[in-house]
Amino acid sequence: MSVSRRTLITRGLAAAAGVSGLAVASRLASRYGLIPPDSGGIWGIGETLTYATQRLLMSHHSLAREFSRSEISKVVPVSGEPPKTEPFERLLAGSFADWRLTVDGMVAHPSSFSLEEIKRFPSRSQITHQACEEGWSFIAEWTGVPLSYVLNLVGISPQAKFVVFFPFDESWDSLDLPDAFHPQTFLTYGLNGKDLPTRHGAPIRLRVARQLGYKSVKYLSRITVTDTLKNIGKGLGSASPEGGYSWFAGI
Amino acid sequence: MDILHPFSSYANLSAQMAESACIANLAVRTSVVLDSPRHSALVRITHWIFTLSFFGLVVSGFAIILAHPHFYWGETGSIGTPSLFDLPLPTMLNGPSGWGRSLHFQSAWFAVVTGLLYAISGILTQHFRNQLLPARADLSWRSMRTSILEHLRFRRPVEEDSYDVLQRLSYLAVISLFFPLIIITGLAMSPAITSVVPQLVTVFGGQQTARTLHFFLANFLVLFLLVHVAMVTLAGFKDRMRAMVTGRTAVRRKEQS
Repeated sequence: MSVSRRTLITRGLAAAAGVSGLAVASRLASRYGLIPPDSGGIWGIGETLTYATQRLLMSHHSLAREFSRSEISKVVPVSGEPPKTEPFERLLAGSFADWRLTVDGMVAHPSSFSLEEIKRFPSRSQITHQACEEGWSFIAEWTGVPLSYVLNLVGISPQAKFVVFFPFDESWDSLDLPDAFHPQTFLTYGLNGKDLPTRHGAPIRLRVARQLGYKSVKYLSRITVTDTLKNIGKGLGSASPEGGYSWFAGI
Repeated sequence: MDILHPFSSYANLSAQMAESACIANLAVRTSVVLDSPRHSALVRITHWIFTLSFFGLVVSGFAIILAHPHFYWGETGSIGTPSLFDLPLPTMLNGPSGWGRSLHFQSAWFAVVTGLLYAISGILTQHFRNQLLPARADLSWRSMRTSILEHLRFRRPVEEDSYDVLQRLSYLAVISLFFPLIIITGLAMSPAITSVVPQLVTVFGGQQTARTLHFFLANFLVLFLLVHVAMVTLAGFKDRMRAMVTGRTAVRRKEQS
């Protein structure tokens, strides 16, 4: 089979254009925050398409559905056990009186807040639907302070891109700024009008209304603001991708 | 996704030609036209990418179900609340639902993009209108009954290079109803997407209802696939595969002699 010189040149140019087009697209996507931290590997195409499409096409401020009190689930299911570490058990025994939430990283005023201090911040409630990636779901009323209030209090750097959450166990996670500053993203200390039960993530659990349940990190200990996730854990943005689960769980 | 009438095949050719030879007085005979064009390159490429994606979706969908093989109706449902039905499967926590979800959404992207390409080309080339939309006359009860009886008796239709009314209706239903519905019920389970378009989930009456309907639709599509493959096999597996790979097929035509 012979290929004429013209065909060869045309094909070469087309291939070069394609490759450089892709390179430009990926540079642009990266600059505008459309590439998730777990974009490598065999599932990277799907992860990136889902995340980029949602961030491009959907409003960053759209609100998850809220429900009435009568729709609150009678059964509040829970999975996982509280951390078995010595610091957590000691704090739990002392009703979290000595617990502190550290907020550091790329912030103007690195801080540490007690549970009492957090409860004195303007309190908000939401009755939202939470679905576990396993398939089950429930509706509950969560009370706490919007994360945006705390982030504005410590003043995040203009270069910041992610907010990372470290609990007392290994299941650390992170959010991009659209979800971190979302009005329904709370640091919660109340569930259905009572103190947050231990297994639901006491003393403070993150609540991310537009993502699956596993993004709502329990047993919070420290929040770090950063411009890169590459140097944390395996650099995938969260402990979830190491176990095979997506970093972005808005699905 | 296109097959011609399934009951035509090489294997049947000699029998039919012998038949027409016996009634030679009739002014119609059957001739064989080899290598007649059948499926466009776009249809063939989208068909096979879609096939792979569909398998990815079925396998991963099953993997996801294993994390919680219980189905509910309404907004919510969990262990401790009444279920609509339970599948007799083991519950595998921390099992295959991780890679299951990744494979599911990646396959869904490929399936939706190739499906859209196929649908747009089907509309633009008038393939849907000419080959899938049943003629008004064919929608009569009599014509439908004939087609149903033909299928029940595994009989070949008179016209070989066109779909009959039952095929047209089932392909149309799958393309214009079941695929869109399974996509919509899938999106209805997304907390991010329903924050923008809550009607996606409220129209079904809840996230768990959408999940259950998604499961039913998936079962229906797997059933459709089984029938599709059975028909292809009956029609002559080799010839139909050749048509969907190379785009060409052998066609019998009734000709005036």
